[in-house]
Amino acid sequence: MQPTSASLQPDAVKRVALVGMPNTGKSTVFNRLTGAAARIGNWPGITVDVMSATIPLGGEPVEVVDLPGLYDFHGFSEDERVARRFIEDQHVDVLVVILNAAQLDRQLGLALQMRDLGIPTLLVLNMADEARGLGIHIDTAKLAAGLHIPVRLLSAKYGDGFEEAIESITTLLRPHPADEAAQFPCGHQWGPSCKDCCLAQPVRAGEQLDSLIAAAVHTPSSLPEGWTGRLDRVLLHQTLGLPLFFVGMFAGFEVVYRIGTRLQDLLSWVLNAFQAAVLIPAIAGWPRLAHSFVLEGVWGGMSTIVTFLPVVVVFLMFIAIVEDTGYLARAAFLMDGFMARLGLDGRSFVMQLMGFGCNVPAIMSTRVMRSRALRLLTMMVVPFSLCSARLQVFLFLTAAMFSRRAAPLVLFSLYLMSFVVAITTAWLWSGRYRDPEPLMLEMPPYRLPTPKQLLLQAVEEARHFLKAASGFIMAGVIAVWFLTHIPADVPAASPATLAGHLATVMAPVFRPLGIDPLLSVTLLFGLIAKEIVIGALAVIYRTGTTNLAGALAANLNCAAAYSFMLFTLVYTPCLSTIAALRQESRSWRFTLLAMGWSLALAWAVSFAFYQSTRLFG
Amino acid sequence: MILNIGAMTAPLNRLLPGQSATISAVDGNGQIRQRMIALGLRHGKRVTVIRRALMNGPIQVRVGTTDLILRRSDAANVRVVTT
Repeated sequence: MQPTSASLQPDAVKRVALVGMPNTGKSTVFNRLTGAAARIGNWPGITVDVMSATIPLGGEPVEVVDLPGLYDFHGFSEDERVARRFIEDQHVDVLVVILNAAQLDRQLGLALQMRDLGIPTLLVLNMADEARGLGIHIDTAKLAAGLHIPVRLLSAKYGDGFEEAIESITTLLRPHPADEAAQFPCGHQWGPSCKDCCLAQPVRAGEQLDSLIAAAVHTPSSLPEGWTGRLDRVLLHQTLGLPLFFVGMFAGFEVVYRIGTRLQDLLSWVLNAFQAAVLIPAIAGWPRLAHSFVLEGVWGGMSTIVTFLPVVVVFLMFIAIVEDTGYLARAAFLMDGFMARLGLDGRSFVMQLMGFGCNVPAIMSTRVMRSRALRLLTMMVVPFSLCSARLQVFLFLTAAMFSRRAAPLVLFSLYLMSFVVAITTAWLWSGRYRDPEPLMLEMPPYRLPTPKQLLLQAVEEARHFLKAASGFIMAGVIAVWFLTHIPADVPAASPATLAGHLATVMAPVFRPLGIDPLLSVTLLFGLIAKEIVIGALAVIYRTGTTNLAGALAANLNCAAAYSFMLFTLVYTPCLSTIAALRQESRSWRFTLLAMGWSLALAWAVSFAFYQSTRLFG
Repeated sequence: MILNIGAMTAPLNRLLPGQSATISAVDGNGQIRQRMIALGLRHGKRVTVIRRALMNGPIQVRVGTTDLILRRSDAANVRVVTT
């Protein structure tokens, strides 16, 4: 029987929920269990993305849900509240508690809390390979007897122990009349009314756990230092640590950027070939306006979305490598002293660096920070990173407007501005988005990620993003097309179009920045994507791209050009970034606030610059 | 009654890299305390400071088989006894 989740009632399907502490490989277990069938579920009152998939288990369709990581069932963090709320409100047939086999001394308490809920529970001890490597021996039979629940060892990364774990889940899914009558810690029989009192049970006393661990888990008295310790002595070295971090990040970045742009070039070549061979002949006889709408509106929007994909995928993979190897926690350790002063943490800095490649994957990756306030503040800051698309604009403009000697300095000053604006923003907004959660992270041992898993995960994330964002991006592209092509009987983007009228109305706002109405229409195009700004300038100044540099030099002075670049650097990056902000924050209010702030800041920065050049000559 | 001579109680952030101690109390507000306990910083556990970050940054400590990063201001809530 092929399960189709759409045709089944939510509660008609049996449900298995995965719970566990962060860094226990819970998502790897989930991915292995469900393959590529996962989707973001939609449950009432659940505020973070919860993945689920319906798979056949024991001959019937079973929904598997990957709940957010939690340290404590009674914890205060958003993730912990979401996981608790899900278990309280939704029907769950089997709980699978996933713990790190090497860290039972601190994690087993969670298994007890979950078991005491009275839902059939399986305890899975993941990363069994790592525990074995450390010389830790676990007597699962003793553990199972002590906890009164089945216990399985697993290595989700290599797949060892998987079939046994699935078998246990299937067994637990079968009806157990004996369990229905069992007594639970509150002294009642299990039933719907019992849920409240069992959920209210306090954390189990540590002593009981300690004696169970002493009996069932053998840990050698001194752990081998291993290659994690040796590597850390270099990578986290007092003086070498930070330089190595920067060198490593920029080297990795360079490689990723090259791969991304290669793939992007390849894709645009394919798209252009398709446009020339299929699309243009197909719409050859169409009226001019319809022709332009299809070619520059619809098709233009689609190519924007498609060429964007490889960059997002390779950057997401890079960030996943940094995270999965365990280096992200180290980066946080190294940078936190500085970032904490700005109300951010060390991980935010990594995301900001990623933003220099492309803002979108950087914003998506803020998910690793589980505190909402910290995520929002980081998302506020990331769009100020001078991304590769903006760099293309600046490279062109600096070459056209400044001497060979001055151009690199101008470019460098823009990078500097990017940091200044980001730091100012973080500092100004840290009061509003104050992180209530302490920075307390596990520093996991270094691990080698599996390439297949990385690629699958990145492609999956990019697909989710495009599915959610492509409608918005298309709508934006089409809106800009309308503004710049209506009325139909005047040249595109000319002062007689809607965009031209808008620019005239807005002229008093932009004139103090040295930005004339022609240039301000370009800013409208820049909203779609910075890559098309140069092309838009060529259209607006009615020159080819080849003669554009000369036309710009004739029409603009250096101060106005620099002011325009400053504005381009700071204001809303592009439609895709807006879509990412919206998707990750789940709030239009926040998205509009971030956009409004960057617009206001762009205006203020350009104004301050342009007016002071006029004052001081 | 003679107290353990040489035993000193201090906040965890005062320990130098390489020093070990036994946790005697975990203070702090409910949320921070609960998280620290969940991460294994519990009464009676042995804790070792591995290293400290620059710019008054966080410290790396080892409790059992787990390595943790925590800020010095948070570590001040953990009282330890050195022997």
